[in-house]
Amino acid sequence: MSASPTFAQARLRVRGLTVRRGERLLFADLAFELAPGEVLLLRGSNGTGKSTLLLTLAGVVRAEGGSVEITGPDELPQMHLLNYQHGIKARLTAAENLGFWRRMYGETGVSVAEALQAVGIGGLAGLEAGYLSSGQVRRLSLARLLVSYRPLWLLDEPSAALDRDGEALLGRLIDAHREAGGMAVIATHHALPLANGGGITTLVLGDSP
Amino acid sequence: MTVDTVKQPNWFSRLAHPGYFLTWTRYLVLPLAIATILAFAIGLWFALFNSPEDYQMGDMVRVMYIHVPNAWLSQLVYGTMAVSALGTLVWRHPLADVANKAAAPLGAAFTALALYTGALWGRPTWGTFWEWDGRMTSTLVLLLIYLGIVALWRAFDDQLKAGRIVAIVTLVGALNIPVIKFSVDWWNTLHQPASVFTAEGPRMPPSILTPLLVMMLAFTLLFGLLMLVRMRTEILRRRADTLSRQAALAGGAK
Amino acid sequence: MRAFQTLIGRDLRLAVRVGGEAMTLVLFFIMVAVIVPFAIGPDRPQLMRLAPGIVWIAAFLSMLLGLDRLFRSDDEDGSLLLLRHSVLPLEAVVAAKVIAHWLVTAVPLLLATPVLALLLSMSWAQWVGTVLALLAGTPALTSFGALGAAVTVGLRRGGLIAPVLILPLAIPVMIFGVGMLDPLAGSGALLFLVALSLLVTVFSPFAAALALRAAGE
Repeated sequence: MSASPTFAQARLRVRGLTVRRGERLLFADLAFELAPGEVLLLRGSNGTGKSTLLLTLAGVVRAEGGSVEITGPDELPQMHLLNYQHGIKARLTAAENLGFWRRMYGETGVSVAEALQAVGIGGLAGLEAGYLSSGQVRRLSLARLLVSYRPLWLLDEPSAALDRDGEALLGRLIDAHREAGGMAVIATHHALPLANGGGITTLVLGDSP
Repeated sequence: MTVDTVKQPNWFSRLAHPGYFLTWTRYLVLPLAIATILAFAIGLWFALFNSPEDYQMGDMVRVMYIHVPNAWLSQLVYGTMAVSALGTLVWRHPLADVANKAAAPLGAAFTALALYTGALWGRPTWGTFWEWDGRMTSTLVLLLIYLGIVALWRAFDDQLKAGRIVAIVTLVGALNIPVIKFSVDWWNTLHQPASVFTAEGPRMPPSILTPLLVMMLAFTLLFGLLMLVRMRTEILRRRADTLSRQAALAGGAK
Repeated sequence: MRAFQTLIGRDLRLAVRVGGEAMTLVLFFIMVAVIVPFAIGPDRPQLMRLAPGIVWIAAFLSMLLGLDRLFRSDDEDGSLLLLRHSVLPLEAVVAAKVIAHWLVTAVPLLLATPVLALLLSMSWAQWVGTVLALLAGTPALTSFGALGAAVTVGLRRGGLIAPVLILPLAIPVMIFGVGMLDPLAGSGALLFLVALSLLVTVFSPFAAALALRAAGE
């Protein structure tokens, strides 16, 4: 395993993004840019399109206009998506679940055991995921971000179901990701315990003048 | 000097814009209805009074003037749907969804009529209402495909999403129909080597061909008319849905 | 390639671990064959004549019964969304899942055919022919099934509508599969069946992936 790669060339460029859900216009002409180490916090009340924006950045929801450009070190998909669905199978153990995603997303990150250790459920590796609590499931989901290095993290309410320790852990993980030159777009209602290193911008959706 | 950089949409995309479509088709419905009625009047007069009886089937041969146009439409409508499916998938045109949705029940109805008149015709000719003849069987399978598509349209709440998914099914069906036809014909020759269906030859006297062509025109016009009305209704229904949702949203925002 | 195998491996492991699914399908497959003699009488020559057709009907129904699970559980727990950003293109993801699904649904049926052969007093040659036909035809059935499952993945009532959509499309598979055993048919039927299976298997991952993308939008 090579040392943690840096994302010096990684960029996220969003220009003129317009997204409609049905016939409802969620946002129009949205533009922003993220450079390595930068984080964008999405805020806005329910139904303003935070989750939809994340899905648009992930290429799942098609935009009506504008462009999303994610450049990274290679041609493979460059983003991790974390939302309320975890893609975790109840009948596979925590380690098997994580190992599966490691192979599917490219084995470029830390090992499964290290990742489980890092999110604080190292002792539960052999337990079937169906027996994990929702906070532990969320931690297992966070471990997925560590086993494959990808420059852009798209996180939808990442602190949901996490306890106070878990929130601190989340803050540390995001900080480490920034440190390594990663970027993140985070939709959240909570204040995340992020280190003040600059590079954090906030975008409020739905408050069109 | 100013340069007009706004791209002028071409005539087709202007005609096909849902709002504009509603405007220009408004003046088309009545003439089309009149043309359809006229074509039916002429065609039926020819078919019933001015064409010869068959020396074997007698007056029963006149069922053909209904049966053949319906059989023709059962294929034409699927063709229309396949083209609109391409419109949905390739050009993402909103009108293409509407066309597919409008055409599916019409196709099912024409196909059912083709089968029904075929059965009526079959009774005196074959001595049975239903014969597992190659053509009848393929038409029956086609009817099942139409009904499946209608059911799929109805299963979706989100009609925009439904449009793209139904389009995929429609195209897969279009690719598969020749295979079905081929396999059914193959199966048919396996089980009954001599075909029963020899009533229509390629050589038809003008006394039969004229009424047949007029009836085919009449039924095609009928399809065009129904299609137009159904598309207009669907566009208006979607508008009404949009307005009521917007009203609900505005009410919720207060 | 490694990711492709991993996905197949996961689906197989899940099938084994959740268990019962293959068992249930086999049970259903056998039950369909068991009720036929009650419906048409226990006349051995007649059963023998109808046996290939009965086996095909049973296989057809069993495959339709199982297809709903192809994408649904992955859609519900979010795996399908995450798989869209894996190192594999979505088409390859679908292909891997189709292969795994064929292994856990079609292969058990093939293994259960001797029971049916016994019950329906098939001859040795008939049984061999039926197994060959199923081997050639079930990939097409699974692939058609994948299309049906992909198209209905977002529908709660999908379990009912997918078979209705797929059944007419899959009729040629049935025709050539049963036709293979017809003494009049010759070797044409097997060729058609293999050609059809190949075409559908190659084509369906693309159509199914298109439908999954549309459903996710």
